[in-house]
Amino acid sequence: MAGPALTHPPVPGTPGARGGGVASRRRTRPPAVLLVPALVAAGVALLPLVYLAVRAFERGPEVAFEIVWQERTLRLVLRSLLLAAVVTGLCLVVGVSLAWLTSRTRVPFRRLLTVLGALPLAVPSYVAAYIWVSFFPRIPPFAGSVLVLTLCTYPYVFLPVRAALQGTDPALEEVARSLGRGRWRTVLTVTLRQVRPAMAAGGLLVGLYVLSDFGAVSLLRFDSLTRVIYTSYRSSFDRTPAAVLGLVLVLVTITIVWAESRSRGRAAQARLGTGAARRHGLVRLGRGGTALALLWAAVVAGLGVAFPLVGLARWLVVGSSAGFDATRVVEAAGSTVAVSALGAALTVVLAIPVGVLAVRYRGRLVSAVEQAAYAGHALPGIVVALALVFFAVRYAFPVYQRTPLLVLAYAVLFLPAAVGAVRASVALSPPVLEEVARSLGRSPFQALRDVTLRVAGPGVAAGAVLVFLTCMKELPATLLLRPTGMQTLATELWSRTTVGAYAAAAPYAALLVVLAAVPTFLLTTRSTTLGGGGER
Amino acid sequence: MSELVVRGLEKSYGDVWVLRGVDLAVPEGSLAAVLGASGCGKTTLLRIVAGFDTADRGMVRLGGTVVSLPGTHVPPERRRVGVVPQEGALFPHLTVAGNVGFGLPRRRRGARVDEVLELVGLAGYGPRMPYELSGGQQQRVALARALAPEPALVLLDEPFSALDTGLRAAVREDVRAALRTAGATAVLVTHDQEEALSMADLVAVMDEGRIAQAAPPGDLYSAPADLGVATFVGEAVVLDVVASGDAAQSALGPLVLRQPSVPGPGRVVVRPEQITVGRPGDGVPARVTGTVFYGHDALVRLELEGHAGIPVAARQQGAPHGVAVGDAVAVQVVGPVSFFPAP
Repeated sequence: MAGPALTHPPVPGTPGARGGGVASRRRTRPPAVLLVPALVAAGVALLPLVYLAVRAFERGPEVAFEIVWQERTLRLVLRSLLLAAVVTGLCLVVGVSLAWLTSRTRVPFRRLLTVLGALPLAVPSYVAAYIWVSFFPRIPPFAGSVLVLTLCTYPYVFLPVRAALQGTDPALEEVARSLGRGRWRTVLTVTLRQVRPAMAAGGLLVGLYVLSDFGAVSLLRFDSLTRVIYTSYRSSFDRTPAAVLGLVLVLVTITIVWAESRSRGRAAQARLGTGAARRHGLVRLGRGGTALALLWAAVVAGLGVAFPLVGLARWLVVGSSAGFDATRVVEAAGSTVAVSALGAALTVVLAIPVGVLAVRYRGRLVSAVEQAAYAGHALPGIVVALALVFFAVRYAFPVYQRTPLLVLAYAVLFLPAAVGAVRASVALSPPVLEEVARSLGRSPFQALRDVTLRVAGPGVAAGAVLVFLTCMKELPATLLLRPTGMQTLATELWSRTTVGAYAAAAPYAALLVVLAAVPTFLLTTRSTTLGGGGER
Repeated sequence: MSELVVRGLEKSYGDVWVLRGVDLAVPEGSLAAVLGASGCGKTTLLRIVAGFDTADRGMVRLGGTVVSLPGTHVPPERRRVGVVPQEGALFPHLTVAGNVGFGLPRRRRGARVDEVLELVGLAGYGPRMPYELSGGQQQRVALARALAPEPALVLLDEPFSALDTGLRAAVREDVRAALRTAGATAVLVTHDQEEALSMADLVAVMDEGRIAQAAPPGDLYSAPADLGVATFVGEAVVLDVVASGDAAQSALGPLVLRQPSVPGPGRVVVRPEQITVGRPGDGVPARVTGTVFYGHDALVRLELEGHAGIPVAARQQGAPHGVAVGDAVAVQVVGPVSFFPAP
């Protein structure tokens, strides 16, 4: 999966990327106490990508190109891209329309609709897929994948666009109206233009999520790149095709990230200061408009929230009459917590030097390290897992199918989220505090430990919790790398569902929804309170 | 406490020269103000003295220890230089006592923290958090934190600029008193003339990376080294004159020079408070063009008869009295003035 992709990676080189606009990023060479661990983190982040490339070309470039140029491969890539494009388009329609309705109109139940709009984030896509498949076993693979992935990922568009709609300066729209543009032309030509960066960013997250998604497409039997990589790895003795396809998938995701960062660079320059102290006037929808708006919101919430929850409840009831294997559930929950805690710890430990470096220093080496740490953002879980399997089999056999390798995969995948959190929190601690600490007798390392990290502590801890919860939901890497005999909540759900044991899968699905609800809740309350609006 | 000596300090960022040979000597136990417009290099000077930046050339000596020379850089944590940054920069995660005790060894904290808090007039504030304090209180805690480890030198970087005007004067006096009681050698960096003149024992005016003049405040004001310093440290009326001996002839009539000069053309600086406004006939004829009332005093803007291009202003105590715009008056200059020969 594309990770807890809500913490968007800043792209070094764009104006918005300079953490908190700290003017005094030093040009001096960073101290070894930061640089060495940051280089280690960058190395860890790049290891899967590099080794995947090595492995893909191991049997010579001819073999690799032969695999790539098969008609089957091309069709596979196009199929995955088509799915990503259709889902992204639908998410933009659903996300932007709901964002506009809840932030700019007088539609009733705005607050409720806002919460409902964000709630699908609490349903991991493979859990949603499990529920749809369990009720409609004959759902067509493509249509099913489009439906499930759209319902699960449109909040990635809804939340940032809603925040942007509230953050823009009302004066611009008022000026447009005063210059003779009608209400709807103003919405189309001024309002949507202003929130275009948010739409692009949200759309990117959706696209990446879909391309990286393994669980939902597999349960719905849609042959996207991720699923074919997995089956080719599992079924064939020759693993070069899996490596080559993995590399192809990574090239696709990297291209998309790169293209979006370029378009964002221009958009960010055109953006104005946040400065909207005033609230926007709310559009009055007519009686018919209100009914239509409520119907639309109800359909989305019904399919995205109500159906999965009701479906889940039903399987829980069905399953409990048959009796659950409670020890198994507890065991799976326990090992999930254990590996996720280790994963979060390693991720944050690696993220701290990178984040501090990115805020406090600049230069080519620093931005290279930061870029490298963001590699996981474009790396689907299945690809990271595959690369680490290859690497471990060849060079580190003792850790193959043992906890350290799985923990390492979590670190690679979720380093971007953790670095983002560290960056944002360290930016809250101005460099002058470190200087004062130095003048009071602390060494650079002591100043960092006693002041900067203490001030940044709460933000870093929140980032760690987010990574922890995300590790608990991770499916593809866990599936491939888990220690022999260990089951997590995600893998138990997976193995039950693939054999059609829907009722037995229900408790795992329920626990996963509860886990995913925590960050969703934090996110929504933050966006509705900080964003203001809503209530009047 | 130690004396601070800076010699020939140079610093550039790329091809921008920030310091072009700064010389400064601050005697032990005194407060020096480095006064200059923004961008003159004063903050860079302070950062080099503190050890946060390195100089390209020149020397910084604290008491008997050379702390900065090309090739020698004593790190900030071993300089014993206390710093009071702009807006205090208290550690937000520590209490007032935690902030003040930050630079002290653990066993010395309790008593010494109470002692310095008392010194800055905040006895009993130890358990509070920084956000519970007003701006002025935060600034005094920052001073207490800098003074606690008994540093060789205290550096204050525009410490009052974030405070509002009413508070500023009071906090200034408190800080001055605390520094004096502690017997601290201190350097205050500021762009505020009034602040520098009212607080410091020694004012160093900095311009384009050099110290233009360093002198006690009174001398600086009445006997500036050059025209730039003269106009920077206070309001000035600048007149073209021809000097001979200790007298000069000007549009404001005959003037007495502070020091005899070689005969020739040049300029004089007259302070507005040296100009008296009286009834016509009692001096050089002039017309009132405007008055500006500041509360404690007022400026009367004047136009000299036959010299309309020269801006002249006179200072009066309290509200402007006995004059209205358009009045015909006569002006006189009281006391000696500074003369700067034409180059």
